[in-house]
Amino acid sequence: MKKYSILLLALQVSCLSMVQAQPALYVTTSGSTGFFSETPVENISAANQKSQVVLNPGTAGIAVRMYIRDFVFPNKLMQEHFNENYMESDKFPVATFVGTVSAPPDYSQDGVYPVSAKGKFTVHGVTTTREIKGTLTVKDGKVRIAADFEVPLSDHRIEVPRLVFVKIAQVIRVKADYLLSPKN
Amino acid sequence: MYYARFLSLLLLPVFANAQDNLLDELGSLDSARRVPVQATFKSTRIVNGHSVETMRKKHLDFRISHRFGRLNLGAYQLFGLDQATMRMGFEYGITDRLMIGVGRSTSEKVYDTFGKYRILRQSTGPGAVPVSVTLLASAAFATVDREAPATDKLSYAAQLLVARKFGEKLSLQLLPTWIHRNSVLPGDEKTTLSLGVGGRFKLTKRVSVNGEYFLAANDRKSLPVPYYDSMSWGVDIETGGHVFQLHFTNSLGMIEKQFISETSGRWGKGDIHYGFNMSRTFSFDRKKTHRFP
Repeated sequence: MKKYSILLLALQVSCLSMVQAQPALYVTTSGSTGFFSETPVENISAANQKSQVVLNPGTAGIAVRMYIRDFVFPNKLMQEHFNENYMESDKFPVATFVGTVSAPPDYSQDGVYPVSAKGKFTVHGVTTTREIKGTLTVKDGKVRIAADFEVPLSDHRIEVPRLVFVKIAQVIRVKADYLLSPKN
Repeated sequence: MYYARFLSLLLLPVFANAQDNLLDELGSLDSARRVPVQATFKSTRIVNGHSVETMRKKHLDFRISHRFGRLNLGAYQLFGLDQATMRMGFEYGITDRLMIGVGRSTSEKVYDTFGKYRILRQSTGPGAVPVSVTLLASAAFATVDREAPATDKLSYAAQLLVARKFGEKLSLQLLPTWIHRNSVLPGDEKTTLSLGVGGRFKLTKRVSVNGEYFLAANDRKSLPVPYYDSMSWGVDIETGGHVFQLHFTNSLGMIEKQFISETSGRWGKGDIHYGFNMSRTFSFDRKKTHRFP
């Protein structure tokens, strides 16, 4: 019995030391998420510079959240329409992604790693299961996550009226750029 | 091997749980925020009267407004469509709170100019503000009478716009108004005090019904040329950068001095004008929002 408890203790200690080798979490609250709608008539883009991201290197879990109201458009009328008519941001204030990074890299080794994350992607109150590909860069103890993917409006019940149909792409390109710092 | 599978099976709920906690972790990063209420009205006008909305910084609003003749002119005049008066306006946001505008109306050949400042913005969250408050000051110069001294051509208006958006659909506004005209018809008073009430109700995401009424403090019905309170009903339709406002009103003029002080038509007599405002917004804000690698 004593033997086992010593073994258990040793296991716990080794587990602890494993956890201490890397930070508990990587976090940012100023991540950039941009989207791009490209049609022959008009190109529209907007960026959210306050995206919140947390990455748990221990569990490979990743969570992203952003307020729809934080998307900034060059044209403020468009921004108002985006919030009021398309995203209905008073009803659905946030967009989230909660998932797991597949084949997570060694966070103690600087380098650029192609990764993908699979999980639940919620926009406009509609959740889809998605696998998003991107790159994860480890440098100077920080983690940079970049991704470039597409979101069909129909997946999230975002309606475009027929009058402006030609001006807004049916598939929106999304780019993400998050620089995460360690947080214990 | 079996053990490993068994172990991973055991760990699965732990992982799932860990991810939910991750979202909670994000919640803890978040401080409660005050969020301004947006789009109390779709346009800077309810119908004729100004709404609390202002143009955003570096955004230009080009407005063309038409009022046709009276519906009771009958079929020969195509219910007023044969006669049209218009106002053309250029209105610009200097900051997100301050805007200026200039316009020219065919009626009385009036040049008008105004400044509009957002004092308060309705908001939700900690330190919430229950109403939006905007101040409007305007001056008009009527050039139709070339012989009149310049001072007689001038008139001024000041208005306090107080609005509240009640939920997604309903917005209501009060418009206490002071107007001074340097020259008036015999019997009329130079100063007009009025309380306006306006509002809008959204029918769909892009269409709303608007209404406004301006109650004057002084009785003007017994004047040699009687004037009446202005009442207007309309529909706002928004399509991308345009807002179309279609309406019926007993006022021919489109600036405060004309529709609040000098409305000569009566709804009861069928002195109703069909009209529309067309607004096109242009952004001169060329600032890049963000560069992506």
